[in-house]
Amino acid sequence: MKRAAFGQIGFPILLLIPQLVIIAIFFYWPAGYAIQSSFYLQDPFGFGSTYVGVDNYTRLTTSRTYLSSFWFTVIFTTLVTFFSLAIALLLAVKADKVIRGAKTYRTLLMWVYAIAPPVAGLMGVMLFDQSRGNITQLLSTFGYDYRLGVNYWDTAAAMITVSIWKQIPVNFIFFLSGLQAIPRSVREAAMIDNASGTSRFWDITFPLLAPTGFFLLIINITYALFDTFGIVDTIVKGEPGNNPMTLVYRVFVDGFRGGDLGGSSAQSVVLMVLVLILTVVQFRFLERRIHYT
Amino acid sequence: MAKVKLDGVRKVYPNGVEAVEPCHVDIPDGELVVLVGPSGCGKSTLLRMVAGLEEITDGTLHIGDTVMNDVEPANRNIAMVFQNYALYPHMTVAKNMGYGLKNRGLPKTEIAQKVAEAAKMLNLEDYLNRRPSQLSGGQRQRVAMGRAIVRSPELFLFDEPLSNLDAKLRNQMRIEIRALQQRLGVTAMYVTHDQVEAMTLADRIIVLNAGRIEQIGTPAEIYSQPASTFVASFMGAPPMNIFTGTSDGQQATLDGGLSLNGAGAPSQTGKIQIGIRPEDVALDPSGPLPFEVDIVEELGAHRLLHGQLSGQPFSVSLNKDEPASTGPTKIALKPGAVHFFDAEAGRRL
Repeated sequence: MKRAAFGQIGFPILLLIPQLVIIAIFFYWPAGYAIQSSFYLQDPFGFGSTYVGVDNYTRLTTSRTYLSSFWFTVIFTTLVTFFSLAIALLLAVKADKVIRGAKTYRTLLMWVYAIAPPVAGLMGVMLFDQSRGNITQLLSTFGYDYRLGVNYWDTAAAMITVSIWKQIPVNFIFFLSGLQAIPRSVREAAMIDNASGTSRFWDITFPLLAPTGFFLLIINITYALFDTFGIVDTIVKGEPGNNPMTLVYRVFVDGFRGGDLGGSSAQSVVLMVLVLILTVVQFRFLERRIHYT
Repeated sequence: MAKVKLDGVRKVYPNGVEAVEPCHVDIPDGELVVLVGPSGCGKSTLLRMVAGLEEITDGTLHIGDTVMNDVEPANRNIAMVFQNYALYPHMTVAKNMGYGLKNRGLPKTEIAQKVAEAAKMLNLEDYLNRRPSQLSGGQRQRVAMGRAIVRSPELFLFDEPLSNLDAKLRNQMRIEIRALQQRLGVTAMYVTHDQVEAMTLADRIIVLNAGRIEQIGTPAEIYSQPASTFVASFMGAPPMNIFTGTSDGQQATLDGGLSLNGAGAPSQTGKIQIGIRPEDVALDPSGPLPFEVDIVEELGAHRLLHGQLSGQPFSVSLNKDEPASTGPTKIALKPGAVHFFDAEAGRRL
């Protein structure tokens, strides 16, 4: 790349200012504010706050509801990421082999992508609805009494299913384009070297898809941690009760419903640290094993 | 090592296009056959059908004594070298070469030994632990060759293996491929659009045009007895001059009125095409044919004279030590210089 030289330091700073201002206002300031308020106990009516040190944090470590949300989030994120990636990869591999009507078929698979998360959540609620949900009725024919919003595990299953379903098309698009970027001759060379299609996939196709897969892994973990807020919200309907919740949703519930701004600030700081650790781990340990061509 | 037999092998694509017309080819054991033709002539399709990468619509393909039509590519005991090398980018050179053997269930020590042998043959010993991206074009081509060699196949397939290399490297690799093929004695099919490659490499050449085999023969046969005007103008640089003319059974006359005395004539009378190779002509002040030179092209070892013969465009190739200038001159034809072709179909008469 060509290096452009600036005579003075002032001009480049001027060019950077809009971007820096946006980052400062929408990221650093709120983040800083969250860190600050996580050390205070706010008056619920907004009349003032008291410095309480790390009380908000220690309270989290002993809170049964918080810990249960934490473990639910871990399982939720793992399942959503794994299944949305695995199913999308399977679909992409199959779609890649379709010859007739390939375009229509691929478009149909990508369609779900256009649905907004709350709408996806709503559709999930309708499908899993207690009285008229199609899936509920289907399950009852097998003798299973499915109770969304009442039974913890039933609600969790609906959340996970809808979240996976919503994310598959994005992964599908990336995997499909990743597959099509593999040179045809490389696959053909593999066909001459190896008679087994399955073993060809794991030996040649999968490693060549790894850069795409790694990128999607990060995107999907972020999605499962944060972007599923809308889905969780429509399924839980703001009435957490005994229902499972992800950490992001709990920040919202405790802070805005429960009025515990200090506690929910502490939760967001914990989330920030979590994401930081995850990112470092992913890049340091996973990316090393990936071969970019 | 095996002979290859194509019996009426044909390729029709689902959209109805016939890429390869039914063709009959016999390749004896150990021969190197070059498939040559312009792009889109079906030469690659034919090769890919032999490899099993393309389905055979009709006809039978034998490699050795086995019918291979429905055999998986990996089980045909062939090896293929692709135009863009088609190396596995995530594997080292050694793993690239050994991958096929590993899938055949050979023990590790034997694979390592075979890879080492091939690497030695191809001067790749220092690169075995590198990735393809760390190699130059010529080295990658060698790895692709190595991958083909280690399998000890019955048949080598080359799909324009040299066209991604620069001219100098291409000449060098061409010689290496030929030497290697002769040393190993493996039957080989080689696709190229480069007629120089075809002439220099081949035991026999198959010239294809629009999905049809125009001619099968040794390079010398193809050159001296082209079966059609297509072969005549495709093989040889500069290409053969093709004139329109007539024949009365005794003597051939170029359109424009010039008669070719003593060149003979086909028994077919009426309109014909007449071919003369640029190098089958000598400048001769007392020669029988007046030639109007318009342009002289210097090619170092040769000179090309472009001009008019009997009002039709004509090119002559001369040795560098023969003087040449523009303007009117006279030429004489060397014995056997004149080829006659049918006027419509262009078949040799």
